Amino acid sequence: MTKTTCMTTTPDRGAETGVVAYLLTAAAVVLLMMVFGLLMRLEQAQLIEMGPQPFYKLMTLHGAGMVGIAGIAGAAVMWHFLRQYVALSTGILFANLALFLAGVVMILTSVLLGDFHGAWTFLFPLPGSSMGMWSTQAAALFMAGLLVIGVGFLLLHLDVARAIIGRYGSFARALGWPQLFGHDDGKAPPPTVVASTMVTIVNVIGLVVGASILAMMLVNLYVPAFRIDALLAKGMIYFFGHVFINATIYMAVIGVYEILPRYTQRPWKSNKVFLASWTASTLMVMFIFPHHLLMDFAFPKWMLIMGHIIGYMNTIPILLVTGYGALMLVYRSGIRWDMTARLLFVSLFGWAAGAMPAFIDGTISVNYVMHNTLWVPGHFHTYLLLGMLAMIFGFMYYLGKPAQDATDGMLDRMAFWAYTTGTLGFVLSFLYAGKESVARRYAAHLPEWVPYDQAGAAFAVLLISAALWFMLRFFGRLSLARRDHTRASLPYGVVAA
Amino acid sequence: MKGEHIMQEIAWQASLILMALVALGFAFVAINSGGRYEDYAPLQKRAYRLRLALFWGVVLVFGPTMIYTLVNLPYDAAHARGVRDARPAQVIQATGHLWYWELSETEIATGHPVEFRVTSADVNHGFGIYDTNMKLVAQVQAMPGYINTLRHTFDEAGTYKIMCLEYCGTVHHAMVAELTVAGR
Repeated sequence: MTKTTCMTTTPDRGAETGVVAYLLTAAAVVLLMMVFGLLMRLEQAQLIEMGPQPFYKLMTLHGAGMVGIAGIAGAAVMWHFLRQYVALSTGILFANLALFLAGVVMILTSVLLGDFHGAWTFLFPLPGSSMGMWSTQAAALFMAGLLVIGVGFLLLHLDVARAIIGRYGSFARALGWPQLFGHDDGKAPPPTVVASTMVTIVNVIGLVVGASILAMMLVNLYVPAFRIDALLAKGMIYFFGHVFINATIYMAVIGVYEILPRYTQRPWKSNKVFLASWTASTLMVMFIFPHHLLMDFAFPKWMLIMGHIIGYMNTIPILLVTGYGALMLVYRSGIRWDMTARLLFVSLFGWAAGAMPAFIDGTISVNYVMHNTLWVPGHFHTYLLLGMLAMIFGFMYYLGKPAQDATDGMLDRMAFWAYTTGTLGFVLSFLYAGKESVARRYAAHLPEWVPYDQAGAAFAVLLISAALWFMLRFFGRLSLARRDHTRASLPYGVVAA
Repeated sequence: MKGEHIMQEIAWQASLILMALVALGFAFVAINSGGRYEDYAPLQKRAYRLRLALFWGVVLVFGPTMIYTLVNLPYDAAHARGVRDARPAQVIQATGHLWYWELSETEIATGHPVEFRVTSADVNHGFGIYDTNMKLVAQVQAMPGYINTLRHTFDEAGTYKIMCLEYCGTVHHAMVAELTVAGR
């Protein structure tokens, strides 16, 4: 085997205080929300008894907490790598975190003290129609909390937009349109900039739509004469929700684009196919949202069919551009399989694998008998736990890596397999239950549904234990995470310059 | 297996097969990650050719599937097999309330097309019809201010359950009604 010199010996930059603060917050909240999720599965499995109201309160917190924290964790990855290319504001980074924490306090108060349990999706008019189970003030506090969090993210994305436009001149240039639609001179912006531009475009629009419906519903809570069309509200909520949660994956995958080339010493270039897929994803992630409304027969039929079609098309960039691109990089690369490499690699599997039951559920005739069954949490937990969150854990291991040639301990490797196995078992218990028509968001399950819940709870314990280990490892390496040093292991057969 | 449950089986098996294929692709590359090829360009060229073939494979398999599954949508009047039946459909008004269903009729004959006109008096609910084996056979959202028409023909006699499939608050899981389907 020929020994070659690696392409770069530039030290990998350590994380800014803000990025570390984001990751610490994310780890703490994810862990708490995972425990809430486990409690819900244990209740459905009839292994504990808490009753419907505590269950739905936990469900509301679990949904809002996980969606919000996925945004925080994804933003940490994007911000860390994007600042190599554009000048981002540290003040705005902290402002977003401060607003996020303020929003979290408002939501916790609303749910824990005000008994709000209208689900994180706050479908109109449920927050204002609780049959006396919670007060108008509790509903208002919950929605205002979401609004505050949304404003924070909007600020962050506006700062990213300012920085990108300041450097590249326009979103079109930052998406590489001159190279996509003209001659590819090889000077398209790097993948991190392209992905950050896409996320910024869709999230600014999504957040404005989300903030609009929240503001409308807040007015309606106190001035019922200000009427809102329930179908319009649902469309706006799902537009915002779909865009926001998907953007978290598109932010986190930037870590893969940046780290995997260092591990394989092969470039991930913004070629025409890459640029086309990100431009297509920019449009598709916004126009796919009607697939959440396939059982709303009153919605315009052409939009529902559009949701069905885009659901199929949306899998192509995930599978054949990002997933396949990673496989190309790794194949015969001599990559050293440390925890970072393992987690990032498996994260692309998780994302691609989760897209399968997702697009199948977006098929109208399937949705007809599977919408709002446990099939739905089955598919989104696949690409969020084994996809997005695995990307975050991979990023944490990368930041905390003591040295280029540092090896992992036995417990790390065991935790990796426990996480992978636990997550697969956990999501398959959901998917199988969905096939068996088990309804989603039920505090109490029929006796014949309980075995799936018990299996799901067992796998949840396994994956939470592994996640806890990943987090403890990161907490123990915080000082390393902030330091500039060469982290990425070089492939076998490559020596440092 | 009843014909009505075929869609769940197809979704489950297709998902497992596709997820397994993705897993195989990743496992193949992980196993073959060693033995570094120094010159990446020829490898890239071959990989791009394979990707093009995969792209057309995906288009040729999933394109027709996507179009085929757009035939006989639940939104269309022709969806209920019974429309070929000369008799007019039995119309049932269904209204969701916190936390019960109000149904204008609960007795149905097998083989007779039924048209559920589904709405809500308060918040969003989901009108899910479960058969005697507790398998979901049809559903539609129940929305305030809108009437969603769900057409279904019941083939087998028995007691069917209407369960709420859109989260609606504290007693959501217990919002159940029954339909009695009797032979003609």
